[in-house]
Amino acid sequence: MSWHVSVYVTLKPSVLDPQGATVQRALNQMGYQAVQGVRMGKFTELEFDGQLAESDVKKQANEICDKLLANPNIESYRFTVEKK
Amino acid sequence: MKFAVTVFPGSNCDHDCEYVIRDVMGQPVEMIWHKETDLKSPDCVVVPGGFSYGDYLRTGAIARFSPVMKSVADFAAKGGLVIGICNGFQILCEAGLLPGVLIRNKSLQFICENVYIKVEQAGTPFTSACQPGQVLKIPIAHGEGNYFIDPEGLKKLKGNGQVVARYCDEKGNVTSEANPNGSLDNIAGVCNPKRNVFGLMPHPDRSGEDALGSHDGQFIWKSIISSMAAAK
Repeated sequence: MSWHVSVYVTLKPSVLDPQGATVQRALNQMGYQAVQGVRMGKFTELEFDGQLAESDVKKQANEICDKLLANPNIESYRFTVEKK
Repeated sequence: MKFAVTVFPGSNCDHDCEYVIRDVMGQPVEMIWHKETDLKSPDCVVVPGGFSYGDYLRTGAIARFSPVMKSVADFAAKGGLVIGICNGFQILCEAGLLPGVLIRNKSLQFICENVYIKVEQAGTPFTSACQPGQVLKIPIAHGEGNYFIDPEGLKKLKGNGQVVARYCDEKGNVTSEANPNGSLDNIAGVCNPKRNVFGLMPHPDRSGEDALGSHDGQFIWKSIISSMAAAK
């Protein structure tokens, strides 16, 4: 058994996302007129040693996001933790 | 004056920097592999352009954790001159040595062309050989050169005179048409509050000789060399 952490990094609402805007235009052209917004982000899966306490896993995941996976200037993050 | 050029896996302007410093400007230069921690007592550190670590995750995000960057941060903290060009600018932002971040170009395209930049601050060690408002013709070559900072940060930058260079037209007009990548406020280069760390997206390393289309990059190198000589 190990801890499975799913990390979602997304652009802050104040940051323009030209990539998302381009994907939205493509979707609209494909006929999906109802799509009114697209924001692109990053998804990362981390596997932690199952011996760790859940609180330690969360603490380390927060540090990892703050230090490396997200840039606080432009991005925010959230994650889920489950044992698999 | 002695320069040190850091070399990361994926750096590709390290030799452009070495060439312009040694062969064009006639100064000694050491190449420092990213796993080294000894900068070999330079007067100025150059973090060159390229695609360090393949631009994985975010540009510069992984390079900032290379061992050499700790030494670069210590060197900067002691007042040493550090210039980051293109990917080097991105690395210095990720390392927190410069404010803001470089994000994807507004057009989503990689842009490789000559642009014009206006020297907004001629009082830094990196621009002291320029006239205030001087227009330099220097090429850019990047996909992520779109400078971004939050409104509060921008206010601080402007108040402290940290916006060193802005994209402009040939005559020095700072317009949205002259902004190649969507950078906030046409920002092409910024410095830290102490003015000893400077980041620039355009390449003074690729514009040191007329054979390359412009020698205006020499103004940056001349500024650094004369500033260091004056400090000694």
